Amino acid sequence: MKLTTKDQAMLNGEQGAATQMAMRILVTMAEVYGAEELLDIKSAHIDGCLYHGESGLDFARKLLEGGAKITVPTTLNVGALDLMHPEHFQGTEEVGANAKELMEAYQAMGCLPVWTCAPYQTTQRPALGTQIAWAESNAIVFANSVLGARTNRYGDFIDICAAITGRAPAIGLHLEENRAGQILYRLNGIPEDLLLEDVLYPVLGYLIGSRSDNKIPVIDGLLPETNEDQLKALGAAGASSGAVALFHVVGVTPEAETLEAAFQGQEPEEIIDLGVDNLVSELDNLSTTPDGKIEVVALGSPHYSIQEFEKLYLLIQQHPPHPDVEFIVCTNRLVYEALKQREWLEKLKEAGIQVVVDTCVVVTPIVRAKSGTLMTNSGKFAHYSPGNIGLQVVFGSLLECVRSGELGHVWRDKGLWQK
Amino acid sequence: MKSYQAKILVAGEAQGPVLVLREALSLWGGLEPQTGEIIDQRHPQLEEIVTGRMLLMPFGKGSSSASSILLEAVKAGTAPSAIVLAESDAILALGAVVAQELYGNAPPIVVLTADDYREISEIAEAENIKLNLSIDGTITRSEE
Repeated sequence: MKLTTKDQAMLNGEQGAATQMAMRILVTMAEVYGAEELLDIKSAHIDGCLYHGESGLDFARKLLEGGAKITVPTTLNVGALDLMHPEHFQGTEEVGANAKELMEAYQAMGCLPVWTCAPYQTTQRPALGTQIAWAESNAIVFANSVLGARTNRYGDFIDICAAITGRAPAIGLHLEENRAGQILYRLNGIPEDLLLEDVLYPVLGYLIGSRSDNKIPVIDGLLPETNEDQLKALGAAGASSGAVALFHVVGVTPEAETLEAAFQGQEPEEIIDLGVDNLVSELDNLSTTPDGKIEVVALGSPHYSIQEFEKLYLLIQQHPPHPDVEFIVCTNRLVYEALKQREWLEKLKEAGIQVVVDTCVVVTPIVRAKSGTLMTNSGKFAHYSPGNIGLQVVFGSLLECVRSGELGHVWRDKGLWQK
Repeated sequence: MKSYQAKILVAGEAQGPVLVLREALSLWGGLEPQTGEIIDQRHPQLEEIVTGRMLLMPFGKGSSSASSILLEAVKAGTAPSAIVLAESDAILALGAVVAQELYGNAPPIVVLTADDYREISEIAEAENIKLNLSIDGTITRSEE
């Protein structure tokens, strides 16, 4: 490992115990990665503020005791509590107190308390080519793919080590040559009407994630007008069913103006053709139970944007949820404020919709139902709900979710996949 | 069984029974750290216990919170005795490195070549053998 004088000084403890531990972890991890040196980063996004148990708190306390302060702009991912509505938390008092202490510890290190898994839809939008160290699998894949910023798959602990030292191992997706596509997915015969449907994107992402191992997928055949929320859903699903950290969409994402550019002039290692049939059969992998009664509708993983709320708001006017169905939407505080300003928040609440901020339903006990079925349009919620909160899952489009919520059992949009 | 040389991500020793995962497992949402049980309902080895076993898994996947779950499992005493991969996985390695910093112990994490991984996991599954991982990354059949 080649360390600069500054790196070495941090490693020697000249900037305090916390910086020293952070640099020690970073250097060990750089060796794991096989990096030869570290590079400067411009921002960090921290996942370590989400409470998984006492060990994460042990780590944050040790950093704080050692005087930890971040040195680059750093945002915070979801925590385990909705700090604006702490009454939503259904866990024990002890866990609630620990989770709150953990969130406060990271704030005390100087991180911005945006508490969102979609920092890229707040103020934190790194430009093309910017070196960053981000955690949170969906944020990683969005930053790399949609913004063209450069991060590896960072996670808890190393994220704050990077934020404190301002450094990251110079390897992997930080380096241009490692960002070339490897597997080509060609969409064949998918009608344009279906490509315009939001529901296609988490399904496509889930399929690609499970087939790509940790190769970089390139998708050819999406429309140039594919929007950011669709790419967000695609990436989040791909990073749930698999390890996708970067994907390219020809003619859509910034490093894939052309097919050649996406592969940096190389040949794909593998070409996979996907048609409507493949997508329809992937739907089975997103649900764990047959269509029937539902107890919960959950939207907003990644956190819902104001554009997504706009679509929901229109549908809810006609199809308010059944009183027995918990209808929850997760978002961040900026969107929450925007909802208030548009006077939508009040209307949504009146309709019986619970808007959760700072956290989400698969990372912390918010859903009151302890068994039964949760319906969602999110590939990530579909993936994690059964393991994390013990509910079965039915996946569907936004319209299917809203209308099922109204009826209390699954409603299907019959022609959706026959377009 | 011949001896296999693995690349070390986090060094350490381990010995004992093996759990060969037939599919990659995302620890977050896939492993309950208080009990060491596989809880991913889509995983073919749902309800298997990883505690004290050498976990052979092809690669890590899913959420970057996997390192937290591994750390929590170390604290709770439910961690596998070692993790043997076919592809380097920094998120798992990190959980182990931080466990070393905080608690002074962690499951070693090593990487085999894809061929060696396949060979060793086939033998381990077919014969239900115990393995020995030494500090230099050598994996052999345990004599005990």
